[in-house]
Parts: sequence; C-alpha cells; structure tokens
Amino acid sequence: MQNLKVIAQGARYRGGNPMWSWLLHRVTGVGMVLFVVAHIAASFLTQRFGSGAGMAINAVYESPAFQLVMYFCVIYHALNGVRVIILDARPSLMRFQHEALWLQWLTFAPIYALAVLLIVLRAMSGE
Amino acid sequence: MRSTHPRRPRITLDMAMWVFTRVSGAAIVVIALVGFFGAMLMGARTQMDLPTLLRWTFFPNPNHVVNSNIPDVAVGWSGLFWQTLQILIVVFGATHGINGLRAVLEDHFRGPRIQPAIRAVLFVFWLAVMAIAIAVVLAD
Ligand code: HEM
Ligand code: HEM
Repeated sequence: MQNLKVIAQGARYRGGNPMWSWLLHRVTGVGMVLFVVAHIAASFLTQRFGSGAGMAINAVYESPAFQLVMYFCVIYHALNGVRVIILDARPSLMRFQHEALWLQWLTFAPIYALAVLLIVLRAMSGE
Repeated sequence: MRSTHPRRPRITLDMAMWVFTRVSGAAIVVIALVGFFGAMLMGARTQMDLPTLLRWTFFPNPNHVVNSNIPDVAVGWSGLFWQTLQILIVVFGATHGINGLRAVLEDHFRGPRIQPAIRAVLFVFWLAVMAIAIAVVLAD
C-alpha cells in the first residue's frame, strides 16, 4: 500500500523522462539481482549435487518470454547506468540531459531490436 | 594534546556506496567489453548466436558457451584468465546489485529497527552469494 502511494506520487511528479528512467533503472536492477542469485544457486546445486533444481530453473530462463525480459533489463540498465555515471561525473553536461536520453534510446533500440528478432526467430524455428 | 581541528565530516555507508556503485558500474562495462572482444577474436561471429554471446559477455564462463559450435571450450574459453574476470565481475556485480537491493529496501521500509535488520540479512546474503559463485567458478 505504502509502496503504491510512493509510485503514485512519483507518477505525478512532473520530472518527465528522467523520473521514468530512474524507476525503470530500479526495476531492471532488482530484476537482474533476483535472476543472478537464483541462477548462481542453480548452477551450484547442479554442479555439486546434480540436483534437478538447477534444471528446473534453467527451463524457466530458456523460455523466450523470460529472455525478452532479461535482455531488456541487461541492455537498458547498462546503457542507462552509463548515462547516469557520465552526467554525475560531469555535472556541466546536465544541460544536454534530454539529448543524452535521446542518444540512450537511439543506442538501445537497434541492439534490443536485434535481440528480440533473434529470440523470436529461434522460438519460431522451434529449437 | 587536545585535538582542535573541526570534526571531519563522517563518511556514511550511503556516501561510500554511491561512489562504489558508479565505479563498479563502469568496471562491469569494461570487463564485459573484454569478454565481448575476446569472444569475437576467438571466432564467436561464426560459432554462436547472440544470446550465447551476451551470456558470455557478462559472465565468461565455459558453461555459457558449451551449447554452441565451438569445437572445444577447453581451448581458449576456459582457464585462469577467464576465471579471474569471472571472479572480478562476481565481486563487483554482487556488491553493486545487493547494495542496490539495500537502497531499494531501505527506501520502502523505514524505521530505527528495520534498517539494521535489513543490513544484517543482506550482509550475510552478500557473503554467501560471493562464496558460492567463486566456488563454482574455481571448480570448473
Ligand atoms: C556461477 C557461475 C555460473 C555458471 C556455472 C553458469 C552456468 C550456466 C549454464 C549451464 C547455463 C545454460 C546454458 C545453456 O543452456 O546452453 C546458463 C545460462 C545463462 N546464464 Fe549463466 N552461469 C553462471 C553465472 C551467470 C551470471 C553471473 C550471469 C549474468 C550476469 C549469467 C547469465 C546467464 C544467462 C542470461 C543465461 C541463459 C539464458 C539463455 O538461455 O539464453 N550466468 N548459465
Ligand atoms: C552493466 C553495467 C552496469 C552499470 C553501468 C550500472 C550502473 C548503475 C548506476 C549508475 C546505479 C545508480 C543509480 C542511481 O543512483 O540512481 C545503479 C544502481 C543499481 N544497479 Fe546497476 N549497473 C550495472 C550492472 C548491474 C547489475 C549486473 C546488477 C544486478 C546484479 C545491477 C543492479 C543494480 C541495482 C539493484 C541498483 C539500485 C537501483 C536504485 O537504487 O534505484 N546493476 N547501477
């Protein structure tokens, strides 16, 4: 409930794009942490005990839907993180922050589009 | 002798981690680029698909490329150099990510008693994740 209120307040805050970028950065960051931890646990269980738990987790992330989400998280978080680092290091560049956001999405689009294309093609070929 | 200089500003955990988050973010990008170009030099372009390449880029582990057209991952795709990079990325990544989790949790759950509890749990969690990941990497 509290969280919903915070999100509602954030959504009303008229920060424009940077505010949504921040929320997305947060969501993709937490998404990656959860995946990486589950994945490391699975690889450990498989390697040491040959346990089925590792295989079960593998099955989840081999699904195309999961891959579409994961690649979005990794590519978005990395590019947005680089933008944040550069602007924090050189505050004088802040006057170009809108240009920076455009540049970020222009970089993101072709990379993610290629990933989506390859994941979808592979899913359709039934491999 | 009594010290007379003004009290130095205390460096809080949040300040230190603000810097670390930026340094480690940049470090992860650099390590990823080494993995990416290393893979390209070893022939990734004709030997694997994009998902496989991306997996290797962010974690240069031989298990990430076994199901590709590489004739033998024991040649070039494993060994001390890649193990070192994997350990570096695990240490940077786990610290960056779990500290990020701390920032998110502490934003949502406030209160004098909850904060130390979050920190204690995440600290143990952080050590465990790193220990397990490094054990797996070294055993390969
Ligand atoms: C602790 C060491 C790790 C081991 C032993 C390991 C092992 C594996 C294995 C065996 C697979 C399945 C390969 C296949 O189906 O061909 C896999 C998939 C994957 N791993 Fe890891 N992994 C480790 C750490 C990581 C880390 C730290 C990341 C990300 C930062 C990562 C990202 C991925 C992704 C995104 C996939 C698969 C998605 C796909 O099927 O395309 N792994 N890993
Ligand atoms: C690819 C390289 C990466 C870069 C350049 C990067 C950059 C950043 C930066 C600059 C921040 C601070 C954002 C802020 O203060 O508003 C951040 C936060 C965060 N990152 Fe990353 N990161 C990277 C990889 C990762 C990985 C692999 C994970 C997960 C394992 C991760 C998880 C997080 C989390 C959970 C936060 C906290 C989000 C928040 O407090 O809103 N990051 N990252």
